[in-house]
Amino acid sequence: MREITLSQAVNEALAEEMRRDERVFIIGEDVAEAGTPFKVLAGLVEEFGTGRVVDTPIAEPGFMGIAVGAAMTGTRPVVDLMFGDFIYLIMDQLCNQAAKTHYMSGGKLNVPLVLRTNLGATRRSAAQHSQSLQALVAHIPGLKVAMPSSAYEAKGLMKTAIRDDNPVVIFEDKLMYQDKAPVPEEEYLIPFGEANIKREGTDITLIGTSSMVQVAEKAAEILAREGIEAEVIDPRTIVPLDEATLLKSVRKTSRAIVIDEGHQSYGVTAEIASRINEKAFYHLDAPVLRMGAMDVPVPFSPALEDVTVPTPEGVAENARRLMSGEMIHAA
Amino acid sequence: MAKTKTNTEDYLQMYRQMVRIRTFEDNANKLYLDAKMPGLTHMYSGEEAVAVGICEALKVTDKITSTHRGHGHCVAKGAAFKEMFCELLGKEEGYCRGKGGSMHIADQSNGNLGANAIVGGSMGIATGSAFTAKMLGTDDVTVCFFGDGATAQGLLYEVMNMAALWKLPVIYACENNGYSEYTRTEEIAAGSITARAEAFGIEAHQVDGQDVLAVNTLTQKLVARARKGEGPFFLELMTYRYHGHHVGDINREYYRTKDEEKDWKENRDPIIRFRGWLVSEGIASEDEIEAMNAEVRQDAEQAVDYALNAKYPDVSEVDMHVYSDIKHALA
Repeated sequence: MREITLSQAVNEALAEEMRRDERVFIIGEDVAEAGTPFKVLAGLVEEFGTGRVVDTPIAEPGFMGIAVGAAMTGTRPVVDLMFGDFIYLIMDQLCNQAAKTHYMSGGKLNVPLVLRTNLGATRRSAAQHSQSLQALVAHIPGLKVAMPSSAYEAKGLMKTAIRDDNPVVIFEDKLMYQDKAPVPEEEYLIPFGEANIKREGTDITLIGTSSMVQVAEKAAEILAREGIEAEVIDPRTIVPLDEATLLKSVRKTSRAIVIDEGHQSYGVTAEIASRINEKAFYHLDAPVLRMGAMDVPVPFSPALEDVTVPTPEGVAENARRLMSGEMIHAA
Repeated sequence: MAKTKTNTEDYLQMYRQMVRIRTFEDNANKLYLDAKMPGLTHMYSGEEAVAVGICEALKVTDKITSTHRGHGHCVAKGAAFKEMFCELLGKEEGYCRGKGGSMHIADQSNGNLGANAIVGGSMGIATGSAFTAKMLGTDDVTVCFFGDGATAQGLLYEVMNMAALWKLPVIYACENNGYSEYTRTEEIAAGSITARAEAFGIEAHQVDGQDVLAVNTLTQKLVARARKGEGPFFLELMTYRYHGHHVGDINREYYRTKDEEKDWKENRDPIIRFRGWLVSEGIASEDEIEAMNAEVRQDAEQAVDYALNAKYPDVSEVDMHVYSDIKHALA
């Protein structure tokens, strides 16, 4: 199978959906000729024109609000939010408007909107361009949240998101834009709420989101050399969450570590760990561990930044401790 | 008053709609005072000529966005008493199945995209609705209602900038009732409100919001021009709210005098003024007007009775309409 980058996969998904449905359009800062700072949208304005690849002023609440109104009245916007950190700027439009409109209207109004944004530290971009804020939006009923872990997921989840009649937030890891993965030439969609078992194992379950899936896979390789067989699961969407697949795995392995690049406290890892505790408690041989980003603003200095995010070695070390029965408390 | 419409029916429709709003509000206030309505509500009484003058210049497919003080917009855009009172009382037959209440009534069948409980929260939605009209090539116009208090929100200036850049068919209708909640408008608004729109190259007009014909005549012209791509436009409608910020705001002498209220009610009431004009022009007799008033009163009383006796939604609806494609979000 051919291999393409995550950036190309997103680009293909958008182009295919825009060809399929003329109501789909892209709106955001520097999305047209510039194709975004990450060049993910390169070439789209040439095919679809500035009427459907719409450059906006630097006014995130404004263009987010416009997208919500456009979605409510018959179009299907894909909002390009240049950095995930800018979610704070659009919180009212996303959480008070987009997320609640269907419910508040008793099901009469829909907001078929996709918010494309990103996450991920270690790009030396400091505290306001490095956050992973998926927990913030996953907390809000009415929003769906997708976290692709490779080019394959990025394309399939994006196409599903665009066809969904609800507001969907997609977080792409900005360090993965140039990572290649096998992506079929023919069309495919990835349904929401279906986890993917990336690697089968019997001793411990490693649940990772976005680029943390790769961290978990690398940890599993390390552990395999030591005779520990880890099962790696990618939920792919955290809302809806495929609880059944996660619980089935943990009931088999009796141990779990949940890894996500958002801050650890009150985060995605906490939610998933808690559900496992509530629903698989009697199958557990060890506490479910959370591994999120350190609860500090992301520092600039590489020496500091690199220690704030989960690493394969760190995951492997925690897995060994769980396997040995040592009672541990995650830092 | 300027006489521009030649159709007697149109005049009587405007009068009737203003009376319907006043009557609706009188009944809503009574429901609150009798402790029969959950929560609070914000009365539109006194501002009827604004909503009616504007909405009578619109087609059914034209869109509006409304505010926390939204019953007037909803009635003026064509909503029925029964579904509105049911919504105010949280009943299943309400416009939003009781999920929205007074501050979130939406009636998409008449182009009302919904009231909004965030001050200024719907400015993006209205602008996005106009974006849809332009993108899909319909000739629908959107009117964005908001109060003077909302002119302090930054979102207004972000979306006016984009609406002006893209020549969107949207009319920003600022209902200046002199008070931003419990504060005089001159204490919260520097400079001129219309000048703010003019700074973006948006044609702005200040109009007597107690004169339904003046509002309607101007709006008709602007709507016709907006349909031809000459928008956006901005209206500042000088008006007055008879009640407090909400129905519970009874003792308000600390921010405005009873004499001031008396002056507006006795000398500038939009319904009394228009009624006098209808009679003096020979369009309707006093008897015909009294008959119309009585008919509206009876409609409202019947709708209130119906709503008081109507069913609440079944409790199983609580997790419905969170997502359009998931019947029960928590199942």
